[in-house]
Amino acid sequence: MIQFSESKQKEVEQIVARYPAGKQKSALIPVLHLAQQEFGGWLDVPVMDYVASLLQLKPIEVYEVATFYSMFNLKPVGKYMFEVCQTGPCMVSGCDDIIAYIGEKLGIKPGETTSDGLFTLKTVECLGACGYAPMMQMGKYYKEHLTREKVDQIIEECRREAARINN
Amino acid sequence: MARKLLLEKAHVENIRSYEVYRREGGYRSVEKALKTLSPDAVTEEVKKSGLRGRGGAGFPTGMKWSFLAKPEGIPRYLVVNADESEPGTFKDRYLMEFIPHLLIEGMIVSSFALGSNRSFIYIRGEYWWIVDILEQAIQEARNNGWLGKNILGTGFDCDIYVQRGAGAYICGEETALIESLEGKRGNPRIKPPFPAVKGLWDCPTVVNNVETIAAVVPIINEGGEEYAKIGVGKSTGTKLISACGNLNKPGVFEIDMTISVEEFIYSDEYCGGIANGKRLKACIPGGSSVPILPANLLLKTAKGETRYMNYESLSDGGFATGSMMGSGGFIVLDEDQCVVKHTYTLARFYRHESCGQCSPCREGTGWMEKLLLRLEKGQGKMSDIDLLWDIQRKIEGNTICPLGDAAAWPVAAAIRHFRDEFEWHVTNASEAITKNYGLAHYADPLLATA
Repeated sequence: MIQFSESKQKEVEQIVARYPAGKQKSALIPVLHLAQQEFGGWLDVPVMDYVASLLQLKPIEVYEVATFYSMFNLKPVGKYMFEVCQTGPCMVSGCDDIIAYIGEKLGIKPGETTSDGLFTLKTVECLGACGYAPMMQMGKYYKEHLTREKVDQIIEECRREAARINN
Repeated sequence: MARKLLLEKAHVENIRSYEVYRREGGYRSVEKALKTLSPDAVTEEVKKSGLRGRGGAGFPTGMKWSFLAKPEGIPRYLVVNADESEPGTFKDRYLMEFIPHLLIEGMIVSSFALGSNRSFIYIRGEYWWIVDILEQAIQEARNNGWLGKNILGTGFDCDIYVQRGAGAYICGEETALIESLEGKRGNPRIKPPFPAVKGLWDCPTVVNNVETIAAVVPIINEGGEEYAKIGVGKSTGTKLISACGNLNKPGVFEIDMTISVEEFIYSDEYCGGIANGKRLKACIPGGSSVPILPANLLLKTAKGETRYMNYESLSDGGFATGSMMGSGGFIVLDEDQCVVKHTYTLARFYRHESCGQCSPCREGTGWMEKLLLRLEKGQGKMSDIDLLWDIQRKIEGNTICPLGDAAAWPVAAAIRHFRDEFEWHVTNASEAITKNYGLAHYADPLLATA
């Protein structure tokens, strides 16, 4: 059964308390972020329905929001998601080479996930790090001034971390 | 050395922490405003300062505040727009990341002026780690009595909350931002009613950019008139510029708006010149939606006068030969860059970010992307260039929000100033796949008047 842990349920209550009474719909995007983190990195329909019931919304109100915003994943993604910016300023700073290199190294194309479920490669539009290009988002943080060497290093670190968790 | 009002202390060690920020003179403006000024007097100082909105439109902030409706018994809201998403723009991120208390301080004073007891920071979802930085600053401010009930014993209550977006450029448009904050898709609203009358939860609301609200701190500390003495004409105070592209020193700079574009690009105090010893080809001086200018028109106006880094000078010549200050996102292209390809990435961006509500934007941005990709790949026809021109004209001005204009302008300006590069992609199609057009005759100022 899909349910937030007790501490996460408290967090939801705190989020709802930011808004005036009856305006709990405002909590939808923050709670969807929380749900995506808690329930495997993406939003399955039962997860969205659970969020709807938590916030007393119709399921459609949740679906229409989840499908509008690009940070909500509507299908499973890898444990590590490489979201590489490809907009103008990153393009002139060499992002095409970085995207191709990551793809080659992981054996996947943008939009795909490696068969071991570890990595997803995604191209995204401007992330507001234009002066530190090429760059990508990985989870909560940005990886900036990317080079092939830096990409090697990041992939290596991810693999080591994943192995450590599995052991 | 230009005067710094916002980032002066940004590099003091541990300035992120309350203790250091306070020791360096932080929160003085809250004391001054709440204890010695009325809300209207604060607004008056902001009016006197000549501060213009730093998000892109450049609308006078004091005037925006004075439009706020104040019906009895209905709450009013301040919402800070931290949805920084205009390609080339990363200044608000810098401010929030390195000196978060400046934003919180500015918000308390602004909330007092507007009568907002519950204010929000709407931050783009990708700036995930900055949410923690801001929430810590808010917590510290609350612990030290700058937020909460009865602040400084004045009877003024105020709380600040951070709301994370989830990846939608359109939510930087103020009515889309409000929709998003209400838990909906970011579809812009038809105006009027303006947010000042009917905004968040149908209550009177002011939406201001991060940098705008931070600038309220020096305005209150020094007085509006003193602030207005910095800069030139209607470009008062200082401006954060985020510079990127083929530069030796890309980054965020605080300028007073009296320096020339040439000084900004080439001086070591700022961008330190073009990277790798290349020559300057073109620049988008105010974020991706403002017109691109070839080097000659960037450094000098069509009349041959020096161009300066301020609102008036950057827009000198209108869209025919000028551009805009916009959000201060300064994108520089060197001689090796392809304007067609660069414009294609921007068209793709706007297609991706169109909310889909208005058909000229929804359909037009897709058409522009496809045509530009075809031209870039050497598969275009000469008539594609005219078709592109036609499409952008049919988008501009025909949509609910300015995203349509923002998508149309970069395409229009690229064709206006770089038409021969577009044509070369058709006439020399096989070459265009492997080579770039380079500088060719863009040094010719006559090109600019096409």
